[in-house]
Amino acid sequence: MKSTLDPKTAIHDEIIPANAPWSRRLARGETMRIIDLEGQQAVDTLFYRADDPSERYSSQETLRAQGSAYINAGTRILSNAGNVMAIVTADTCGRHDTSAGACSCEANTVRFGHHTRYMHACRENFLLELSKYGMTKRDLVNNINFFMNVPIAPSGEMVIVDGISTPGDYVELRAEMDLLCLISNCPQVNNPCNGFNPTSIRVLIWRAG
Amino acid sequence: MQLPTSPDGFRQRYLDLQRAAQERNARKIPPSDEERNPNPLPEALILHEEVIPGGWYWTTTLKRGTTLRLITEGGAGGVSALFWNADDTSERYFAGDTVKVQWHTCLTRGRLILSDMGRVLASVTEDRSGGHDTLSGGSSAATNLQRYGRADLRNTRDNFLLAAGKHGLGSRDIPPCLTFFAPVRTDEEGRLLWRDGVVQPGDFIDLRAEMNLLVALSNCPHPLDPRPQWAPSPARAVTWRSPAPTALDLCRNASDEAIRAFENTDALFRGDA
Repeated sequence: MKSTLDPKTAIHDEIIPANAPWSRRLARGETMRIIDLEGQQAVDTLFYRADDPSERYSSQETLRAQGSAYINAGTRILSNAGNVMAIVTADTCGRHDTSAGACSCEANTVRFGHHTRYMHACRENFLLELSKYGMTKRDLVNNINFFMNVPIAPSGEMVIVDGISTPGDYVELRAEMDLLCLISNCPQVNNPCNGFNPTSIRVLIWRAG
Repeated sequence: MQLPTSPDGFRQRYLDLQRAAQERNARKIPPSDEERNPNPLPEALILHEEVIPGGWYWTTTLKRGTTLRLITEGGAGGVSALFWNADDTSERYFAGDTVKVQWHTCLTRGRLILSDMGRVLASVTEDRSGGHDTLSGGSSAATNLQRYGRADLRNTRDNFLLAAGKHGLGSRDIPPCLTFFAPVRTDEEGRLLWRDGVVQPGDFIDLRAEMNLLVALSNCPHPLDPRPQWAPSPARAVTWRSPAPTALDLCRNASDEAIRAFENTDALFRGDA
């Protein structure tokens, strides 16, 4: 589903470099577009209620409410209190994961070997961004992995496979409450979530229409 | 071990890991070991037995090496659970790592429950139902209102707040959970399905603590439980003295990933007598 918003009218337009963290407040009604500039780039994303961050994104509430395992156009992004935080208003990719979580140095040792411990990871990005708002690892929950392709088979088997996003694909969300949004532009090279080559992404924000 | 030097090298290594995991997950789960996980449990092994009324919660601590048996009296419905490292509660159950590390969303005999720190919270040493949910969470006042037309029925979200609160923890300490005896799977399109008939009354699961644990259990119907009435049966939780794992332990040797997760876990206890 495509968007009709014009980049020229955006109030914010920023490139997030490969491997980097990012955060910004989103006012209720604002729309954020995340563009996968070169394709196959996972964008790990978390949302917190701006005036009470103990209310935060819940992958399980979101999936249970929509009755299916992937995020796409129309998905209502729900909080741990069951409130709608944002709605996916446009999506040219078609499938985003929210079950596999963000990569971490510690999980990397388990998945790929102890020799991968000292590689940069999403949860390093998230911890640094969270610290700016007085939050810690306690606040780091299962996130959304935009553009990450993780099919879950009827058997339960779950594999991170090559992304289906192509250069320029985007996803757009409209904030339904005042939000804090955190992004880790995923640095993982041990699995195909970034095409084994992490690249930059672009974020655009529009004022409430 | 060296890291690959090119994207193709990383890809090849990932495909090797994937193939190993898929072969392993396709293997038949070895039959139950009546000797190590007897049913019923001999009285002498039991440390504590708790009957959790329908709708209620219970918390317990569990020493590394002891086992928690959860028994469903009424069959499918759901006992939602959270786990924290009792010695440092900032370490807790992490849904994403649990499914990703094992390349599988189903918890059953031989699989592990993992923390956010690359360590094993608990091993599933026995499982008689094979119907547990790692994907879609527990109930809340809102889901009860939607399902049963009543917001005042007991729910898992509030139970977890109460359970965590009794240990000085709060909302920030309640991550996505897992729910035992809730047979949820996905279909080809990713739709969440409840598999009727998978869980039978009396089914149980044994969870061996691999570090000192704080456990919260909420005995509330899973929001996808299709029964029209909110009428949760009691669940029994039994903590028991389980035998020490042998060198051939199913869970400790489940995969290369499991071996590394236990290496990370055992390092926490290396200084202990």
